[in-house]
Amino acid sequence: MELNQYLEMFIEESKEHLQSCSDNLLELEKNPDDLTIVNEIFRSAHTLKGMSATMGYEDLADLTHKMENVLDAIRNEKIHVNAEILDVVFESVDHLEEMVMNIADGGDGKRNVSETVEKLKRIESGEPVAASSASQNQINESAPAESAATTAEIAIAPALEYDDFEKTILLQSTEQGFNAFEIAVTLSAGCLLKAARVYMVFDILEKNGDVVKSSPTVDKLEEEQFDQDFKVALISQTSEDELRSKILKVSEVENVTIIPLSKDVFVQSAVSESKTPVEQPAAEEATAVAIPEQKKEENNSQKAAPAKHAASKTIRVSIERLDILMNLFEELVIDRGRLQSIATEVNHSELNETVERMSRTMGDLQTIVLTMRMIPIETVFNRFPKMVRTLSRDLNKKINLEVIGAETELDRTVIDEIGDPLVHLIRNSVDHGIESPEVRRANGKPEEGNVTLRAYHSGNYVFIEIEDDGAGINREKVLKKAISKGIVSKEAALTLSDRQINELILASGFSTADSISDISGRGVGLDVVKTTIESLGGSISIESTEGSGSIFSIQLPLTLSIISVMLVEIEQEIYAVPLSSIIETSIIKNSDILNAHNQKVIDFRGKVVPLIFLDEIFEVPRNEGKEDEYHSVVIVRKGDKLAGLVVDSFIGQQEIVLKSLGNYLSNIFAISGATILGNGKVALIVDCNALMK
Amino acid sequence: MTVVEQEYLKVIVFQLADKEYAIPVSNVQGIEKLMHITRVPKTPKYVKGVINLRGVVTPILDLRERFAIPVSNQEETTRIIIITLDEMEVGFIVDSANDVIDIPVDSIEQQPEVVGSNEEDFISGVAKIDNRLLILLHLDKVLNPQT
Repeated sequence: MELNQYLEMFIEESKEHLQSCSDNLLELEKNPDDLTIVNEIFRSAHTLKGMSATMGYEDLADLTHKMENVLDAIRNEKIHVNAEILDVVFESVDHLEEMVMNIADGGDGKRNVSETVEKLKRIESGEPVAASSASQNQINESAPAESAATTAEIAIAPALEYDDFEKTILLQSTEQGFNAFEIAVTLSAGCLLKAARVYMVFDILEKNGDVVKSSPTVDKLEEEQFDQDFKVALISQTSEDELRSKILKVSEVENVTIIPLSKDVFVQSAVSESKTPVEQPAAEEATAVAIPEQKKEENNSQKAAPAKHAASKTIRVSIERLDILMNLFEELVIDRGRLQSIATEVNHSELNETVERMSRTMGDLQTIVLTMRMIPIETVFNRFPKMVRTLSRDLNKKINLEVIGAETELDRTVIDEIGDPLVHLIRNSVDHGIESPEVRRANGKPEEGNVTLRAYHSGNYVFIEIEDDGAGINREKVLKKAISKGIVSKEAALTLSDRQINELILASGFSTADSISDISGRGVGLDVVKTTIESLGGSISIESTEGSGSIFSIQLPLTLSIISVMLVEIEQEIYAVPLSSIIETSIIKNSDILNAHNQKVIDFRGKVVPLIFLDEIFEVPRNEGKEDEYHSVVIVRKGDKLAGLVVDSFIGQQEIVLKSLGNYLSNIFAISGATILGNGKVALIVDCNALMK
Repeated sequence: MTVVEQEYLKVIVFQLADKEYAIPVSNVQGIEKLMHITRVPKTPKYVKGVINLRGVVTPILDLRERFAIPVSNQEETTRIIIITLDEMEVGFIVDSANDVIDIPVDSIEQQPEVVGSNEEDFISGVAKIDNRLLILLHLDKVLNPQT
C-alpha cells in the first residue's frame, strides 16, 4: 500500500498525541490519583500505537505498546503512580518523540530503546499477569471493567464503559421496556469508505432506536480514526436478530455482534465506578437527570476531546495554500499602491472614490488574511513544561512553571523562529535564575522556585515575558565580568544605567555562571537570542531586582509580511524606513549640525542625536555636489538610543509587503529586505538596528 | 532499431562580446527584456541590483563585469536570463540570447588550456557545433563570490 501520502498526516497527528501524552503526564504528576488523566494518556498512546503499526513503524508501535501496558495497569489500579514510574513513562515519551522526529526527517524511526523497554517491563511484571493480558487486547478501545468481568461471563461483558449519565439513560429506558444493546460492528479489511459505512450503520441504528454511546466517538468514526471495528450502545424496541440482519445489509460490514445489556451490568459497573477517587453518585440515586450531571458528562475525559472540536468549527488548510493566499494578497497590496498613485495623478473624483472604497475593503481583507496565518503560541510553549521538569531534576532544583496566555496568536513565520530563543531564555532562568532549594531556604524563600511564561497582545505587538523569582542579576558581578572581557570600558561602565548593565549579559562572549553547565551553554546563547529577536523585528529587555528575580521581556511585531514604512528619497533611489523604529521626522538647517568627535550631531529636544548620512552609507552616486541649506532627517530609535537618518526628501507613509532579497544576496549591510512599489520598482528596506551599534 | 541513441544536452545560447556561451536549459527559468534595476549598496561591482520579476525580488549580475569584459552600452538586444541553481534565483545580463539547441554530449570537450583568458575559471567545457564554438558555463563558480 502506498502510505507516503499519509506520512505527513501521520507525523502531525503523532506529534499531537505525544504532546497530549506529555501534557497529561505532567497533569498526572500533580494529581496522581486522577484516573481520568491516565485514561486520556492511554487513549493517546493507543491511537499512536494503531497509527504507527499501520504505517509500518514497528519500533514505534512496540514501545508505545509497552508503555500502554504500564498505563493500563495504572488505570486498573494494579500499580500506583509514583515519581519513578512517571520518569520511565516520560523517558518513553521522549524516545517516541525522537522516533517521530526521525521519521519526519526521512528516517525509519528505529532507535535503541531496550533499556526503557526493560524498565517498562519491570514495572509491569511486578503485577499479576491478568493486567498485561487485558491490556494486550488491542481491539477494545477500553478493556472490560474489572468487577463487571468477574460477575458476568466474559463473552457478554460490556466492552464499553459508561459514565453515570449514560448509565442512567440506559437504566431508565430498560425500566420503560426498551431493549439496550451493545453492538460491535466489524468492517471488512479492505473497506475503503469507512466513514460512509459508519454513516450507513448509524442511519439504520437511529431509525430503529437511539444511540447512547459509541466507541470510538462519532467524531473519530467520521474521521475514520479507527481500525476495523467500532462499538455502539443502542436503546431500541427492535429485536436483536432484526437489528443484526439490518446492519449486515450494509455492504462491507463483516461481522455484527449484539450483546443485550442487562440492568445488572449498569448497577454493577456503577458500583465499581464509585470506588474511583472521583466521587460520583451511583446510578440508582441519580434517577433525575440533573443539570450538574450533564456538566459532569461534558467534563468527563472521554468526552473532552470531541467537545473541544465542536466548540469551534474548523477545517485544516495546508500551510502551502495559506502561503499562496498570502502571496496573492501581497500582489494585490502592490497593485493597490499603484492604483492609489495613479488616482492621485489623474485626480478624478469617481476614480478616487472607488480606489478609496477598495482600499478600505483591502484593509479588512488584510486583517483577515493575516489573522488566518496566526497560530497560538501554545505550539511553542507546550514543549516547555516537560523541558523545565527535566532540567529541574537534572539540577536538583524545585521549579514550578506557570504558562499564561498560551492562546496568544502570532504569525506563523514568527512562531517558527521564536522557539529556540525561548528555550535559551528558559534554560537561563532555570539554570542561573532559580537558586538551589538550600540557598532559597537560607534566603527565606519557598523551596520551590517559580518561572512564569507569559504572552499577551498590546497594540501591534506581542509581548512574551519570562519571569523568575530567583537570584536576579548581580550587577556588580556583571560589570566586573564585562570589563574583564573587554565588553565595556571602565569609564563607560560608570555611566551605564541599571537596565543597560542588565542587558550586558546579552552581549556576545558573556557568561556569568561561575561554572559552565551544559544546560545554558557557554555564554554564546543569550547574544544569539538577541540577534534572532532583532532579526524578527523585535526587541528584548531585562528587568531585574537582585535577590528577588528577573523578567526577560520580548517584544515582537504581530506580523512580518506586511509592515508600515516611511518612503524616503535619496537622489533617484527610494528607500523604506520601518515606521516601528521612527520617532518623528524633522527638517534641520545646516547651522543646526554640530560636530562632536568627527561625528555630526544635532540637538534634538535637548538630546544629542548623532546623524547618519544615508547617501554615504549606501554609496548613492551623486550627480552633482549640491549642498542644500536644509536637510530632511528621520529620527529613529533602537532601544534607548536615537539617531537621525539624513535623506534628500520624504515621500510618505505606505503599507508595504516585505520581501527577501533572495538567497544570493544575503546579509547586505543595513538592508533588511526589499519591497515592490506601486510603480513596479523595487525599493530597499533600511535596517535601522544595523545602523546603530 | 540499430541506431545508437545519442545523448543530447539542451542549452540556451547567448552572446557576450564576440563569443557564444551556453547554459543548460534545465537551469534557465526565463529570458526577460531589460527592466528597471534597483541598485543594492555594498555589493560586488558585477551585482547590478535587484529587479521585480513578477513579484519576486531577483538579484541581477552583469556577466560582462563578472568576466571582466569591457562593459558596453545596453542595446535593444540586451536580455536578462533568469537562472535557478540550488534554490537561488539570479538573473544574468547578456548582450543577446540567441538560440536553444541540442548539443550531443560527446561533442563537449574539456576547455583548452589557454592562458590569459579571464573567464577560464567559469568554463566547464566547450562544444563545437557546425562552425560555432559554444562555451559551457560552470554556474556554481559564476555565482560563487569567491572565484
